[in-house]
Amino acid sequence: MATPERPLSPFTTIYRWQITMTLSILHRITGVILAIGAFGVAWWLLAVSASAQRYAQFVDLAGSMPGKIVLAGFSYCLMYHLLNGLRHLLWDSGRGFEIPQFYKTGWTVVVLSFVLTAGIWMLALSHGATA
Amino acid sequence: MSAPGMDKSMRDPLAQARGLGSAKDGVHHWWMQRLTAIALALLSPWFVWMLVSLIGATQSDVHATIANPRYALPLLAFVIALFWHAKLGLQVVIEDYVHTRWLEVVLQVAMTFACALGALTSVFAILRIVLAP
Repeated sequence: MATPERPLSPFTTIYRWQITMTLSILHRITGVILAIGAFGVAWWLLAVSASAQRYAQFVDLAGSMPGKIVLAGFSYCLMYHLLNGLRHLLWDSGRGFEIPQFYKTGWTVVVLSFVLTAGIWMLALSHGATA
Repeated sequence: MSAPGMDKSMRDPLAQARGLGSAKDGVHHWWMQRLTAIALALLSPWFVWMLVSLIGATQSDVHATIANPRYALPLLAFVIALFWHAKLGLQVVIEDYVHTRWLEVVLQVAMTFACALGALTSVFAILRIVLAP
């Protein structure tokens, strides 16, 4: 640990809010949520492999109102993390580092994450999921 | 993060670190995070599409779908990349925010074991489906 008396570099409380800082922390938050969701994938696979009864129990739980809310949350987190992850890969390629580009790609991620999540659920409803 | 007893040393921290060399890890963590990210960027839209198309299907339908190598193989790749990527990400989150050394180590061990268990469980389930009589 750093000695507390030493001067610290400026932290978030010093800066005026910018979308970039919110998108950055959201990438981590959605990532942690998706890591939890990964265990849901394992649970689903185990239920399919076990028996028709175990699978029916899983579907009942996933199809209940709390289950759908959780799934909606996971689907949004996945779309956000996926799109912002592509933004990270763009930076890794050495592109997108101009300030206007940060804002442009950032807002694109925000808008597309909602559009794609809505698209998934419209597709799900047309495939027989009930609202 | 200083090792126990180091704080009392009269030597400057840089002098203590010099000559010890790197952890010989280099960019491995960074590279694997990107590699698994690219795999997941390709596989997760496919996974979501598969889940949506399986809405309302019976267990035997879902079972038969996953038993098909065209689904089983990408699904195996997906769950391995998924838990690997989760492990790498959670590791950094713990490193960044947990500053009590013993708790940090306990969390890293528990998190790594949990991710390994999740990956092994998923692989086991897929193999059980594929090899089911």
